[in-house]
Amino acid sequence: MKEIHLTTPLSIKDIKKLSVGDTIYLSGKLFTARDETHKKLLELKRKGKKIPFNPGEMVLFHCGPIARKEKNKWIIVSAGPTTSARMESLESKFLSSFGVKIIIGKGGMGKETLKALKKIGAVYTHFTGGAGALGAKAIKKVENVYFLKELGIPEAAWILEVSDFGPLIVTMDAKGNSFYEK
Amino acid sequence: MVKISNKNIEEILIEGIEQAETDLPKDVIRALEKAAAKEKGLAKIQLKTILKNIKIASKEGIPMCQDTGIMTFYIEVGTEFKYRSSLKKIIDNAVKKATKEIPVRPNTVNPFTGENSGDNTGIHIPHIIWDIVKGSECTIHILPKGGGSENMSALWMLTPGEGFAKAEKLIIKHIINAGGKPCPPTIVGIGIGGGADICMHLAKKALLRKIGEHHKEKQVAKMERRLIELINKTGVGPMGMGGKTTVLDVHIEYAHRHPASFPVGLVLQCWAHRKKTIKFTKNGSIKIL
Repeated sequence: MKEIHLTTPLSIKDIKKLSVGDTIYLSGKLFTARDETHKKLLELKRKGKKIPFNPGEMVLFHCGPIARKEKNKWIIVSAGPTTSARMESLESKFLSSFGVKIIIGKGGMGKETLKALKKIGAVYTHFTGGAGALGAKAIKKVENVYFLKELGIPEAAWILEVSDFGPLIVTMDAKGNSFYEK
Repeated sequence: MVKISNKNIEEILIEGIEQAETDLPKDVIRALEKAAAKEKGLAKIQLKTILKNIKIASKEGIPMCQDTGIMTFYIEVGTEFKYRSSLKKIIDNAVKKATKEIPVRPNTVNPFTGENSGDNTGIHIPHIIWDIVKGSECTIHILPKGGGSENMSALWMLTPGEGFAKAEKLIIKHIINAGGKPCPPTIVGIGIGGGADICMHLAKKALLRKIGEHHKEKQVAKMERRLIELINKTGVGPMGMGGKTTVLDVHIEYAHRHPASFPVGLVLQCWAHRKKTIKFTKNGSIKIL
């Protein structure tokens, strides 16, 4: 049960060091994706269309934030995790399509995702449900937002720069261990 | 003292919604602090993170959780309360303005078209439950509730023969299966009797009670205490990470049942138990409780 500070982009070496029970604080880039952004990115990939950002360089955050625009700049007001189980049917395909190395969510995910994590070398981390104010405090900048008009604020893909975002508990690691399969 | 008018009812409602979303009631904070002191390891980390989050939200006036919920208003309105006929419209407007001003997340989606109204109002939403009482006073309870915990609600239409014994078993099994999904430690609302709709309504309304406040009838209070103990023995723990605190409290309300039915409704509320009460008194003043 280590406490580890990581910065994106992450290497496979960073991921292999992580085990269930470790606590991570993350700096660098996150992108938010709930059900709709998962579907949208997979659809673009399937059709061979351009993906507007590189999900593989960032951490995937299951989150539908509250955002407000101030003087033409977006500010994230509150951003905690949403229930990850909703994305279970899409996640293994998503992971193998985009090479994401860390997922942040709450409540854990199922067998298909666990298999995919092991296959591509990625981990699932748990962020305290409801910790929206704490999450927002660690967000230093909204770098961009995609699909906003089409999907609305909670479902859009928000690209966020964060500093020491956490505590994130590793609950599914790249070695096939899951806190939820006991 | 603020004198009542249409305009300041709207303003006080916006303030009430803001306070509910940004400031957790003291009884809930105390219960979370007590739990944090008892727990160890991952459970303690979760509770300390929750307490840190509550502090930031309150200090900076931002919603503690990004899921600011769908809003229910429980209203006890006096027959002589002058503003009763305009209350629904005032509430709708207050919710629309609060959505922009605080801001809270637009959470009302038309199930058929998928369209989000963008202002937290829509068909039957915000939901208003009216209780008509004597006199010229009015009390409004605001209860915003998130989707994660609401998705873990349950209804069982048991036979009278199965009754309480089966109800307790099903409730405990359900909470174990729900794990971290409703964001424990939760507050559990249970409605017994009436019909399917009545027990669900009572289960949610039971959440308005303060933490530690038991039902005034001894036999009901006894069942509440027993369920707290049994559920906390399951080991689900804060956020489903294991531990001694799965629930902060259990509140039961009941109605008389049909001889052939034994309905049991279960509503779970996440640790972010946001609620606020506003009282309009007979001498014309407004208080946020």
